[in-house]
Amino acid sequence: MAFNIYDFTPLTKSIHDSLSASLSPTATLAIEWTIVGVLYLLFVAVFGLFLVYAERKVCAAFQQRLGPMRVGPWGLLQTIADFIKLLMKELITPKRADKLLYNLAPFIVIIVAFVSISVIPFAPGLVSFDFDIGVFFVTSVSSIGVIGVLLAGWSSNNKYSLIGAMRSGAQIVSYELSVGLALITMIVFAGTMQISGIIEGQRDMWFIFKGHIPAVIAFIVFVIAGTAETNRGPFDLAEAESELTAGFHTEYSGIKFAFFFLAEYINLFIVAAMATIVFLGGWMPLHFGEFEAFNNVMDLIPGLFWFFMKVFFVIFLMMWFKWTFPRLRVDQILNLEWKYLLPINLMNIILMTLVVLFGLHF
Amino acid sequence: MAEYKEVYLTSDEIKTDDYLVNMGPQHPSTHGVLRLLVKLEGEKVLNVQPHIGYIHSGIEKMTESLTYIQIPHLTDRMDYLAAHMNNEAVSLCVEKALQVEVPERAKYIRTIFDELQRIASHQLWWCAFGMDMGALTTFFYGLRDREDILDIFEETCGARLTLNYSIPGGVMFDIHPNFQRDVKAFIKKFRAKLPEYERLLTGNVIFRERTKGVGILSKEEAIAYGVTGPSGRASGFSCDIRKKQPYSAYPYVKFNEIMGTDGDTFTRYHLRILEMFESMDIIEQLIDNIPEGDYAVKMKGVTKLPEGEYYQRVETGRGEFGVYVISDGKKNPYRMKFRSPGFSNLFAINNIAKGWKIADLVAIMGTFDLVIPDIDR
Repeated sequence: MAFNIYDFTPLTKSIHDSLSASLSPTATLAIEWTIVGVLYLLFVAVFGLFLVYAERKVCAAFQQRLGPMRVGPWGLLQTIADFIKLLMKELITPKRADKLLYNLAPFIVIIVAFVSISVIPFAPGLVSFDFDIGVFFVTSVSSIGVIGVLLAGWSSNNKYSLIGAMRSGAQIVSYELSVGLALITMIVFAGTMQISGIIEGQRDMWFIFKGHIPAVIAFIVFVIAGTAETNRGPFDLAEAESELTAGFHTEYSGIKFAFFFLAEYINLFIVAAMATIVFLGGWMPLHFGEFEAFNNVMDLIPGLFWFFMKVFFVIFLMMWFKWTFPRLRVDQILNLEWKYLLPINLMNIILMTLVVLFGLHF
Repeated sequence: MAEYKEVYLTSDEIKTDDYLVNMGPQHPSTHGVLRLLVKLEGEKVLNVQPHIGYIHSGIEKMTESLTYIQIPHLTDRMDYLAAHMNNEAVSLCVEKALQVEVPERAKYIRTIFDELQRIASHQLWWCAFGMDMGALTTFFYGLRDREDILDIFEETCGARLTLNYSIPGGVMFDIHPNFQRDVKAFIKKFRAKLPEYERLLTGNVIFRERTKGVGILSKEEAIAYGVTGPSGRASGFSCDIRKKQPYSAYPYVKFNEIMGTDGDTFTRYHLRILEMFESMDIIEQLIDNIPEGDYAVKMKGVTKLPEGEYYQRVETGRGEFGVYVISDGKKNPYRMKFRSPGFSNLFAINNIAKGWKIADLVAIMGTFDLVIPDIDR
């Protein structure tokens, strides 16, 4: 098997070839699916735990604390210990809760997170699906998540949960528009919805530099709306701790709570990954047009490394918001979307169209 | 068989249930065991009904079987963020009744402690208010600086929260030799840190949007409900006891009574920040001039107050704290009543929170700086 850190295509191809040499196509496909599924499960579990740890450390740094330090070196095992604790906790269903919907809701949320992660390329050749409508797929699938949140709030038989769910329903549905329009702006620029095509288009320069003003506006709008989409502070109205105790997941315990918790962090990753792919070039190294020497030096750093550095940068940005800003009120959050972000977005699409039409980009 | 009859209901006859939400007794933003029965229409607050008494400890009744020297120690537990002021109020009341003249040194020490306590109380309020607004980082900034004050308290009297420092006749111990140095060091440090508070929260655009013009308490309402302290002054109700009836060393210092006009959440918030600056000014005027001499006059363990009624008020971090004693000439009071600021402030909430959102209710409640044992006593 040829292993190349810069390009995973030979590796995946050789696995496929060696499997199909001795097995029927159906069996090959089944084995490949299993491998990919297990890999995604592992990735989500490990990366989710890591993000929880990172969040705690980042938040501690903002708050002049050390964060977890006791369990393992620098508290590295803390989140694992917490996860084990959550696994062992009793699963409580409130009286007169709608049992079916109550149990279904966390699964919807986590499945959606899993599905949307499947189109994200981590490195050259390291992607399971490469649709021609990849960007559209991510936005449409991730919007199913709101159903899980609404169901959780509705079925819990808890007044706080219901208010939280209604808030998050209004919020996610509104901010979906901004996320979508910001992406459309960049699709206009890229000329394709296929994720591999978008990344390929950034070979000479990342879109955020290439598309200059409209791309930067779209990036800012996308990060704001993305933060709102993931229900994180300052848009964490759905689980506003000081108002609604824990919002829509007040009644959940044990592993079901862990699903909501994990899904939140996976969604954070997805938003950061989409921002990375569409604006910051995905796994594409930092290239500047004609500077051959510079580009070659940058190529020495593997794409996997580039991708995760950029993702962490965006995630750090979003954590920074969360730990600095106070929470918005529900009417203000809707005003922000409908009165500011949406018009800005629409104007931005026109601007981007003009830029593309007249070739005003780099 | 009964005859089938169609019934049409007019909209007035259709009975719908009110959406009632119990905020508390265990709720993150009620800061203790307060229960608010909130009537909602969607997000809108229609009515707020406070239910109190979950931490009622019968302090007023207990005082009837204690001597006047013992009573101040009980008052720590009421408003634990103004423990020294509560002690002082009882001490002043007893001193007034017995016509005891307290040494100058004790007056100065008491006033410095008052102001340190006020800063500590406002710091903790600032932490908690930031949390109510969803800005979680404020909590650690505020607690970090409050720690310095508590260390100063600990050095002098051994306690950090329930100080038990002021007793009838003066203060319990003399100040620690390092006291003046530490207080000056704290003020120097905190003067640099307080603008950081302003940058983190006051200047934030989301914070301003959330608080400006929200939950307006008019001056008339403030007077009618007896809302005192920073919450009352934010509405333009001049009610600073330190100015109106100066006690301890307050007659010797120059300071401004900080007043607001708008009476909204932001004014109530910002007034407290400004008060911290003012408190530091007061301490600076006193700290170098603590006169030499005794820190207390000798009092007998069992003192009998002359028959009559006595009232003494002090300004705590939350407002006017009053002690009302009826003595029948025995060693225990016949009846003792505490006028706590939190109790009066709490009941103004219903009127001003009506029509605002749940998030605003939390913000409004935050700016009233409620301490539940102070309300329940």
